Amino acid sequence: MTEIIFGISAFIVLVGSIGVVLSRNPVHAALFLIQALFGVAVLFLVVEAHFLAAIQVIVYAGAIVILFLFVIMLLGVDRYEDLRVDPIMGQRPLAVVAGAAIFGLLLAVILSVDGLTGEASVTSPIDRVGPDGNSVADARQLADTIFTDHVFAFEATGLLLTVAVVGAVVMARKISGDLQPLPEIPGQNGEDAELDEADDAEVGE
Amino acid sequence: MTDLVYFVPLLPLLGFATLLVVGSRLGEPAAGWLATLAIGGSFLAAVGTWIGLVNRDEDDRVVEKIVFEWVPAGRFSVDVGFLVDPLSVAMILFVTGLGTLIHLYSIGYMHGDENYAKYFVYLNLFAFSMLMLVLGNNLLITFLGWEGVGLCSYFLISFWFTDEKNASAGKKAFVTNRVGDWGFMVAMFLTFATIGSISYVDIAGTAGQLSTKVATGIALLLFIGAMGKSAQFPLYLWLPDAMAGPTPVSALIHAATMVTAGVYLLTRVNAVLYEASGWATNLIAWVGVGTALFAATIAVAQNDIKKVLAYSTVSQLGYMILAVGVGAYVAAIFHMITHAFFKALLFLGSGSVIHGMDNDQDMRRYGGLKAFMPITAATFIVAWLAIAGVPPFAGFWSKDEILLSAWDTGGLNGRLLWLVGLITALLTAFYMSRQVFMTFFGRYRYADPDEDEVTAAWSGLVGASTESLELATTTVAAATAEVEAADSPEEKAAASVNLDNAIAAESEARSRVETAREAQRTRPIPESGEPNDAGVAVDFLPETVLARAEHHPHESPWQMTMPLVVLAGFSVVAGLLNLPFTKGLHFLEQWLEPALAHEHVITTGAATKWLLALIAIAAGAVGIAVAFRTYIQRRLDADKFERPVLAQAWYYDRTVSDFMGGPGRRLFDAITWFDANVIDGAVNAAGSAASRGGNFVRRAQSGFVRSYALGMSLGSVALLVWFVLRISS
Amino acid sequence: MGELSATWYLLLSAAVFSIGAVGLLVRRNPLIMFMCVELMLNAVNLAFVGMAFGLNDIGGQVAVFFVMVVAAAEVVVGLAIVVAIMRRREGTTADDLSVLRG
Repeated sequence: MTEIIFGISAFIVLVGSIGVVLSRNPVHAALFLIQALFGVAVLFLVVEAHFLAAIQVIVYAGAIVILFLFVIMLLGVDRYEDLRVDPIMGQRPLAVVAGAAIFGLLLAVILSVDGLTGEASVTSPIDRVGPDGNSVADARQLADTIFTDHVFAFEATGLLLTVAVVGAVVMARKISGDLQPLPEIPGQNGEDAELDEADDAEVGE
Repeated sequence: MTDLVYFVPLLPLLGFATLLVVGSRLGEPAAGWLATLAIGGSFLAAVGTWIGLVNRDEDDRVVEKIVFEWVPAGRFSVDVGFLVDPLSVAMILFVTGLGTLIHLYSIGYMHGDENYAKYFVYLNLFAFSMLMLVLGNNLLITFLGWEGVGLCSYFLISFWFTDEKNASAGKKAFVTNRVGDWGFMVAMFLTFATIGSISYVDIAGTAGQLSTKVATGIALLLFIGAMGKSAQFPLYLWLPDAMAGPTPVSALIHAATMVTAGVYLLTRVNAVLYEASGWATNLIAWVGVGTALFAATIAVAQNDIKKVLAYSTVSQLGYMILAVGVGAYVAAIFHMITHAFFKALLFLGSGSVIHGMDNDQDMRRYGGLKAFMPITAATFIVAWLAIAGVPPFAGFWSKDEILLSAWDTGGLNGRLLWLVGLITALLTAFYMSRQVFMTFFGRYRYADPDEDEVTAAWSGLVGASTESLELATTTVAAATAEVEAADSPEEKAAASVNLDNAIAAESEARSRVETAREAQRTRPIPESGEPNDAGVAVDFLPETVLARAEHHPHESPWQMTMPLVVLAGFSVVAGLLNLPFTKGLHFLEQWLEPALAHEHVITTGAATKWLLALIAIAAGAVGIAVAFRTYIQRRLDADKFERPVLAQAWYYDRTVSDFMGGPGRRLFDAITWFDANVIDGAVNAAGSAASRGGNFVRRAQSGFVRSYALGMSLGSVALLVWFVLRISS
Repeated sequence: MGELSATWYLLLSAAVFSIGAVGLLVRRNPLIMFMCVELMLNAVNLAFVGMAFGLNDIGGQVAVFFVMVVAAAEVVVGLAIVVAIMRRREGTTADDLSVLRG
């Protein structure tokens, strides 16, 4: 059963990622990204990493991609790049070669090894049964590890987030005195009535 | 007592420093006395050092005093130190002694000069440099002094540099010396490379282990340095020009001290010269004696009193180099000391003469000065007898020793060396006698007009007559016109009378012109020694003759004559230093023995020695006699001896300047081109290659993020490939 | 094939990573390039989770946790930069921002 779910989710992820790469419209790309992220969340659930799946949906799909969409809207949706031609010579073929090479090499490594060769840590197995006989929640296990073994890294990431927010605010604000008026929608205030009449006349004939 | 050696160079240095700062404020004559005191104190310290050395055992007479370590550079270590041994003490004694006398002399000689204090600044600096040269315990200190004396020589020769000739002479001295310095420097490098040290004690100690080739190289390179400093052919040409400096400078630097530095250097490294191959030392000997003869021939035809002495110095230095070349170092030092005395005396005496003759240096204008300057004349004659090799004066003993050593080297080579030396001795006697006879004896010629002035007078006479002729001709023309213009017969008659008178006057003037011209053509050529006769043209003699007629020569003040007397005394007795009669009288040889690596043994028999000495005396006598016959008795024609080629110094100067201006210049331009294009070109090419390489590589920095990303991915692919290969192997 | 194992996750991770890499190199729109970076990060997360599953080690999930946090911070700052640049010029692509050429 899990294998089937894995297969479907893997398919969803692949389609989504290919869609991101090949979409002309940035909004379409963002939506394909959400698709891919959802697929990854399902894959997390398959291995019972419940907490991570939740985080994936909330943070990645819910916050980061929304942020992307806001920026797309801020900078204009109707700017499409020309996907037919690449101005840098040799970029496209070499990029394909690089990608294929990376995939092939990783494939070779993964398949040549019989299973995982790494060592499991003694102190942090993923316990499915707690001391009182009940299964332990995944979030609890993560919390146990993070707040004991990796507490310094945790605090550092908190600091990192603070710095990132401050930096983003500083960088993205407008310099004072630079207010631009909102772009006008033609015909909104009825100034082009003549044009409309001309149009009407043409249409009418 | 040997510790007093520190004061020997220190006092002149302090004198230099003091005078440099307050000299112009001290003014005349205080600056001069201060300088003299400094070097006088140095002399006393030298005497003290000598006493200290005498009190030691004969075996213990080499004392090294280190002041501080100057160059600690790994394997190469050079100290500032003094080597107090018999040779250096002998040198400092006569350098400081003569220096004191000459400083004293200069106080009087430079009286009235506006740069009085500067002169003594330079003199003290020179004394310091010379003393460092002599006292240094290694080649580098000697080189420091070597360069220092060259520098001071430049300063002092071009002391009156506002006259371009003097400035050029100073430059010439410096540049020529520099050529020699190159030899010295390369010798230092070679010594360090082979022996590992440039200290004299080390050199003397390890000289025996040197290969002949290396020893020859060092010896010849040092000889090149000596050639420059001691004015041997071909680097002698600066010395005659150096007479442009004040006469005491010529006495101190170019007679007694600086020029002996080359001989001193070669004597210092006599251990190395001993190891050099025979042809090299023979070459040194032949260059020395050849230069001696060469310079002596030139001195015969010089008319400037100082130029004669300059060439004489070159010639006597040649004798010293000859002695060094045949290994007779004691003889060389002996001759150096005696020569210092009588040559300094000669120069100072000539300075006195020049001072008394209103700065006129042409000997043809002198004559009969004995009556006016008795002390100068007497001391000059003592020096003359010394240099001519008349016993028992000092020069005879030293020169004879050198000739004997030359003969003693044996074979045809030794005999030839002796013969050339003998001929030079004859010439020396001749030209020095010529100088003395022309200056002090004979008729007082100063008021005589010379050839050019008489010619000018005759031209004046002819010119004046021609002018009056022209005047008469115009008068005739005017009278003729008057006759034409006269209307009445009375006026015509009066005018005709005028015309007749005018014509008569004109013919008279014409005849006067004819007489003058005839007289000019046939005027009697005076006998040599007779005054140039101006005859009827005497009224037309130029002003310079009349000025000279007013002049009265006078004796010099005591500051100038006292050193002369002292030096004359030394010129008489200095021979006692090393009389050849018995071993016991060889004071100088015994004294210098610790400084010499090998004993120089004379193998000639006693009878031969006496014979050679008699021949030398005879040669001197012949030279004096011929000069006597030519310049006092006027029986021989002087022009036979004073040939133009000799007066022009065998055209050597012109040859050198022509070569340097022509092919030399082209060579220098070629070398400059090479330096600017090949050497600088290589360096610049390296720079521009780096620059061009950078420009080429810089094209990778396109600024495109995606290109950078592509580069990174391709790189990571490569890394992955490598990892995979590692895992699979 | 057969039972679900970590190897499947790793293979999928490799595939998504390569797709993301190609996308990053080929696309010129900065926002889409960012999205490809997010794809790559997710691929890495997949790999970590797979290995946590395979080795029975919670460490893999801890790593994923931190990767997500850092990715969030990075996106925030990166988009702020993109906004700051692209607000002034119209139609800017990654190729136009080549002022730092050497």
